[in-house]
Amino acid sequence: MRSRPLRLLGAGSLLLTLAFSLESCFTERQNEGAQLYAAHCSSCHGDQGQGLERLIPPVAAADYVAQHRAELPCLIRKGMQGDIVVNGIHYNQIMPGHEDLTDSQITNLLNFVQTNWGNNNQPYTMRETSELLGRCNGSDGQ
Amino acid sequence: MTYPLRRAGLLLAAAGAALSLSLGGCSSAPENPVERLPVLGFKSAEPTSAADTLPDPIPAFRLTNQDRQVITNQTFAGKVYVTDFFFATCPSICPKMQSELLRVYKAFEPNPNVLFLSHTIDPAHDSIPVLRDYAERLGINDASRWHFATAPRDSIFALAKAYMTGAQVDATVPGGYAHSGTFALVDSRRRVRGVYDGMVAAQVDQLIKDIPVLLKEEAEAPQPVAAK
Repeated sequence: MRSRPLRLLGAGSLLLTLAFSLESCFTERQNEGAQLYAAHCSSCHGDQGQGLERLIPPVAAADYVAQHRAELPCLIRKGMQGDIVVNGIHYNQIMPGHEDLTDSQITNLLNFVQTNWGNNNQPYTMRETSELLGRCNGSDGQ
Repeated sequence: MTYPLRRAGLLLAAAGAALSLSLGGCSSAPENPVERLPVLGFKSAEPTSAADTLPDPIPAFRLTNQDRQVITNQTFAGKVYVTDFFFATCPSICPKMQSELLRVYKAFEPNPNVLFLSHTIDPAHDSIPVLRDYAERLGINDASRWHFATAPRDSIFALAKAYMTGAQVDATVPGGYAHSGTFALVDSRRRVRGVYDGMVAAQVDQLIKDIPVLLKEEAEAPQPVAAK
């Protein structure tokens, strides 16, 4: 009977290890996403993701961020232009691409946006981001 | 302690106290806030007299705004205005800069004596319809309060210099133009009275404080109505 608590302890620690290692799959550097947002996005999309009137769409509480989840890695890599609708409002501005970011930086940046400011969406794994970037030939494998 | 030594110590203490008082005077704010803004700018002409030290006024200009109205210095006669330089497709500092200028605009929206003038530095792309679309998307429907203006590029770049803003073609930066996010505050006599970094909220706050100072000066010393 002495082995049962031990087994529980073993299972518990296994779960704990698993939880930690899974978490590290999503993001290793907790603040990198916020820092990348501030450096590369905030000038246009606002320091709280609020956007700018009808010129620049918000990323905070944005339906587009949830609905176009699979397209966002390529959108950041290649930029975009033309009419888009975010939360029912039409926007039409040029967004520059970011060839200077690694796949892992794009992952952390997107995970920051997907889980902050009223967005509560599924984060990306590094592998998933690289796969999604492959669609636009935009993965650097890093 | 002998008498001379004690005396020296007293002297030293007095000197120290005086020094700290005078140093304190360096760092503490003046008791009265600035009642008059400086006159800024460049003086390119030879002074005509010893007293002739004022910088050159903003040169005569002729621009077209988002409503296809011709705007000149006369458009701003009897007004003060805030000006900046941008372009509609600017991917770097413009949205932040224009959102800060929008904050100033909203602070003075009820006051018809405060006008705004944004110059495009990319006139080849920013046609009148593009400027109009940009203004409307920013929420500006009254072109007579905030002009989004265009002119031949050389004229714009010359004006940028007069307003103490850097603007030039630079293929190495995103968007193709290097420019600073400077806001210039201009009085009714075509003089620059303040320059502010539109990317720094604290400086924009200062602009919002300075505009009433300039308006007070304008109201107290009425100028000839025509901006010469």
